[in-house]
Amino acid sequence: MSIVELQQVSRHFTKGKQTVEVLDNIDLTIEEGDFLALMGPSGSGKTTLLNLIGGLDQPTAGSIEVAGQQLVGLSSRKLAQWRARNIGFIFQFYNLLPILSARRNVELPLLLTRLGGGQRKRNADVALTIVGLADRARHKPGELSGGQQQRVAIARAIVADPRILVCDEPTGDLDRETADEILDLLELLNRKHGKTIIMVTHDPKAASHARHTLYLDKGNLVREAA
Amino acid sequence: MKSFPLIWSNLFRRRVRTFLTLFSIVAAFLLFGLLRSIAGAFEMGVNVAGVDRLMVSPKYSMVDGLPISHLAQIEAVEGVDTATHMTWFGGTYQNPINFFPKFPVQPRFYFDMYSEYIIDPLQLDEFERIRTAAVASAELAEEFGWQIGDRIPIEGDIWLRGDGSNLWEFELVGTYRVGDEDTDFPSFLFNYEYFDEARVPETQGIVSNFMVRVSDPDQAAEVSARIDAQFENSINPTRTATEEEANRQFAAQVGDIGLIMNSILSAVFFTILLLTANTMTQALRERIPELAVLKTLGFTDRRVAFLVLLESVLLCGIGGAIGIALSGIALQALGPELEGFLGQIEISAATTLSGVGIALLLGVIVGLNPALSARRLQVVEALRK
Amino acid sequence: MWAQIFQISLLNLRNLPQRLGSSSVIVVGIGGVVAVLVAILAMAAGFSATLNRSGAPDRAIVLRGGSSSAELSSTIDNRQRQFVSTLDGVRLSSSELYTVADIPKRATLLPSNVVIRGVEQSAFEIRPEVRIIEGRNFTPGRSELIAGRAASEQFLGIDLGATVELRQSEWTVVGIFEAEGSAYESELWTDLAIAQSAFRRFSLISSMRLQLEQPAAVDSLQAEFDNNPSIDLSVTSEEEFFRGQSEFLTTLITGFGYGVALIMAVGAMFAALNTMYAAVSTRTVEIATLRALGFGATPVVFSVIAESVALALIGGLLGAAVAWFGFNGYTVSTLNQGSFSQVAFDFAVSPDILVTGIVWALALGMAGGLFPALQAARMPITRALRGD
Ligand SMILES: Nc1ncnc2c1ncn2[C@@H]1O[C@H](COP(=O)(O)OP(=O)(O)O)[C@@H](O)[C@H]1O
Ligand SMILES: [Mg+2]
Repeated sequence: MSIVELQQVSRHFTKGKQTVEVLDNIDLTIEEGDFLALMGPSGSGKTTLLNLIGGLDQPTAGSIEVAGQQLVGLSSRKLAQWRARNIGFIFQFYNLLPILSARRNVELPLLLTRLGGGQRKRNADVALTIVGLADRARHKPGELSGGQQQRVAIARAIVADPRILVCDEPTGDLDRETADEILDLLELLNRKHGKTIIMVTHDPKAASHARHTLYLDKGNLVREAA
Repeated sequence: MKSFPLIWSNLFRRRVRTFLTLFSIVAAFLLFGLLRSIAGAFEMGVNVAGVDRLMVSPKYSMVDGLPISHLAQIEAVEGVDTATHMTWFGGTYQNPINFFPKFPVQPRFYFDMYSEYIIDPLQLDEFERIRTAAVASAELAEEFGWQIGDRIPIEGDIWLRGDGSNLWEFELVGTYRVGDEDTDFPSFLFNYEYFDEARVPETQGIVSNFMVRVSDPDQAAEVSARIDAQFENSINPTRTATEEEANRQFAAQVGDIGLIMNSILSAVFFTILLLTANTMTQALRERIPELAVLKTLGFTDRRVAFLVLLESVLLCGIGGAIGIALSGIALQALGPELEGFLGQIEISAATTLSGVGIALLLGVIVGLNPALSARRLQVVEALRK
Repeated sequence: MWAQIFQISLLNLRNLPQRLGSSSVIVVGIGGVVAVLVAILAMAAGFSATLNRSGAPDRAIVLRGGSSSAELSSTIDNRQRQFVSTLDGVRLSSSELYTVADIPKRATLLPSNVVIRGVEQSAFEIRPEVRIIEGRNFTPGRSELIAGRAASEQFLGIDLGATVELRQSEWTVVGIFEAEGSAYESELWTDLAIAQSAFRRFSLISSMRLQLEQPAAVDSLQAEFDNNPSIDLSVTSEEEFFRGQSEFLTTLITGFGYGVALIMAVGAMFAALNTMYAAVSTRTVEIATLRALGFGATPVVFSVIAESVALALIGGLLGAAVAWFGFNGYTVSTLNQGSFSQVAFDFAVSPDILVTGIVWALALGMAGGLFPALQAARMPITRALRGD
C-alpha cells in the first residue's frame, strides 16, 4: 500500500523576473514501511521535495497525497494539524530549542495532543529510551554532543508516533562513527517500529542503510536498485 | 496552559535583557502606583462623601462663615432629615508642618451624621460630657503618639480666645476610625459649645458649614434648592451641594493634580512601550528558526503567534504586578511623612486593578507586532536561513 | 590612543543607523526623564519666583498679633492703625482690606478663592511696580476695580469693561494692571472705603503695608509693638512674608520632581543598559576583529561609553527642548496654602534647571554605558571571533 503518492508535481521559484524550475513533473510513489534514500547534487531540489512531502510547502502544480490526505490546497492550519499527527522531521542541524531540556524538547509535539502532563512526560521518556538517552533527559542541548542532539531530535520526531519520518541530511554534521549509530537507529525505527522513512543524504554509505535509493537530477527522479 | 514552561523558558533565554526590561517596567508601575495614589489622596474627599449628605456653605466664599441660627431653619426645610455644623478652626499644633484639619463640632450629631466613623460609645459620651474634650482619628493619634487623657495645645490663628490668649487646650478622650480603611482622613474634633463660649464675643455664633442628611437621596437636588431659596434674601445667603460636589470643588482649587500625574505617567508609559517593544522585537528576531521548527512540528500559525504574545503579556504583567506591589510598600513606608499634608495615602483597589489592566494591555500592544510576524513566518523560508 | 578611540567611535557611529530602533530607546527614555524633571522644577521655580518677586526688603506687612501669618484671618482696628502710621521709621503706610470671593476659573469653571484687596492711594506709592497697562485706575468712592493681568487671564468674567458680581454687589472692571509678575497680579484691587462698606467690615482693615526708612526697622517696630500692652500686632518684612508662603509648596514640588525623576531615571538606566548590551553583542565579531588587529581594550571601552553618552545627550537635549517649548511661560493657578487664595504663576525654565537636566542625562548615559563597555573589553578575542 502506498503512503506517499506524487503526481505530476512541479515546484518553481520566482525571484524577480527569473524563474527556477526546481522540480519538474515529478511522479513518485513510496510504499508504507519503506526506507528511502534520496540523493543528488547540492541544489538539485532534495530539500524542496522533502518539504512538499512533509506538508511544509505547496507545489506549483500537481497532486500530493500523503498518509491518505491530499495536501494540495490544504490551509496552513489544516496542514499544521496534519503534520502534528503524521510527520516527524529530522534536520541536519538538529534544530532543538536551546532553552529547553532534552525532555521538554521531546515533549513539544505532545503539547498539541490531549495528553496530560504526566502522560506527556512518560511518553517523552519512552522516546528518549528508544534513542538511548534516558539518562540525559534533564540536559540542555548545549550540554550534549552532536550525535546526542540528533538522537534527541529523533526522539522528538517519533514521540507523537507519526507514520512517516522525513530526514534532511540527518548525518551531514556528524563523524562517521556517530553517523552510523544514527543510521542504525533509523533502521531500527524502520524495521522494528514500522516507520516509513524518507532520508536525504550525500553519503553513499548512509544510503546503503536504506531499502531503496533515488537520485534527483535536474528536476527529474532516477530510480536505482538498492 | 500546557505551553507555559515553553513561554517561561523563552522569557529567560537572555536573562540580562529580560531582567533589565523587567526592572524598567517595574519602575514605570512603581511610579504609576505612587502618582495615582497621590492624585487619589487629593480626590479622596470626593470618595468619602456620602450620597445622602449635603453641604451648606456660604454663597460667596468659603471663608465667610454662616450664623448658627441657620441651623434651626435648615432643619425645618422639607426633605431634611437631620442637620449639624462644623467650623474650620485653622490653628497650629506645635509646628506649622504638623498640618491636620481641626473642627469644633456637636459631638453626638456629628457622629450621627458621619455614621461611617466608628467611635466607642463610652468615649462619645465622654466627648459630649467634658467641655474641653477632643477626639482624633486613630491615625492622627498614632502619628503624634497621643494617649487618651493627654492635653493637646493648639495655637489659634483664625479664632482667638475672649480672654486674650490664643492658646487652646484640649483633652483627648477618644479616637475614631473610618469604617472603610481606604478613606481614612486625619482630623481632630472638639466640642463646639466650649469653643463658642471661649472665643472672642464678637465672633461667637459663626460656623463654616452645615451638613444635612436628606430623607430621600433622590430628592437631594430639590432639597438643596429649597435650602438656598430659604436664605436667598438674607444677609448670609448659602450655596448647597452634595458633599461629593463640594469636595470636588475644593480639590479643584489646588489645580488639576490628576492631569499633572497623568501627563507624567503618559511620558513614562510611552517610554516603557518603546523599550519593551524593542526587547520583544529583538527576542523575536533571534528566535525565528525556532518558531519555524515549532511550525514543522505541527504548531499552527495562530498558536505560535499566541506563544509570542503571551510572552510579552507575561513580562509586562509580572513587571506591573511587582511595580504596584512595591508602590504599596513604599507608600506604607513613606505614609507618615506624606500624611501631614495629603491625608492618608494608600494604594486603592481601583489603582491596583487599573495598573494590572494597563500592564496587560501594554503586553498586548507590545507583543502584537512580533506575534503577527511570528504568525506570518514561512517555515520553508525561515529554515533556509 | 586618542586616535584609536576616535577611529572606533567613528566606526560605531557609522553603523548606528542600523540599530536605530534600540538606540532610540536611550534617547526617548532619558529624554522623558529630563523633560519631566525640567518641567516640574520649572513649576516650583515659577511658583517661588512669583511669590518672591512680590516682596521687597524695605517694605513690611503688619498683621494681627499672635501666630496669624495670613492676611485673611487678620483684623486691625482704627486705633492700632493710627498708632502704626505715626511710628518712627515708617515712611509711608497703606491700610488694606483683604478678602476672597469665589470666581470660576476659566479652565475648569469651578469656583476659586480670588483675592479682593481694598487699598488707599498710598498702596500704589508703596508698590511702584504696580502699573496700569489697560484702562485706568479705579475712582475712589465708586464700585470699580482693577484686575491683575493674571487674574484677568485666569478667572471667568474678569475682562476690561465687564461688570462682575462679587458678594451681592456689582463691580466694573475699569483697568488691568501688571506688577512685575508678582502674586499681586492674581488679585483684584479696589478702593478701601468702598470695599469696607460692600463687605460690611465698617472700620476694620486686614493688614497694613509699610514703606520703611530702612529694612532693619522691622525689628524696632516689633519691639515697639511688644512693649505696648494695648497693641496686639506683628510685623514682618514683606520679603520674608512671601518667602514663608512659598517655602512649603516650593519644597514640596521640588522634592516631588526629584523623586519622580529618580524613579524614572532608574527605569531609563536599565533601558540604556539593555540597549548598550545589545549593541555590544551585535558588534562582538567586529570588536574582536579590531582587537585582533591590535586595537587596545581602552579604546573599545571608551567608544562604547561615548556612544551611550552621545545618545543620552541627544535625549537630554530633546527632553529639555520639549520642556522648554511645552512649558516655559505656561501659566497655571493654584491655591496658595499660605494665603488660602489663588495665585497664578508661570513655569520658569531657567538655564540652571536646563543644566541640571543635561547633567542628569549625561550621568545616565555614563551609567548605561559602563558595564556593557567593560564586558566588551573583557571579551576573549578568540571566542568572540567565532561569534558565540
Ligand atoms: N524559497 C526559495 N526561494 C527561491 N529559491 C529556492 C527556494 N527554495 C529553494 N530554492 C532553490 O531551489 C533549488 C533547490 O534547493 P534545495 O531543494 O534546497 O536543494 P538541495 O536540498 O537539493 O540542496 C536551489 O537552487 C535553491 O536556490
Ligand atoms: Mg538541502
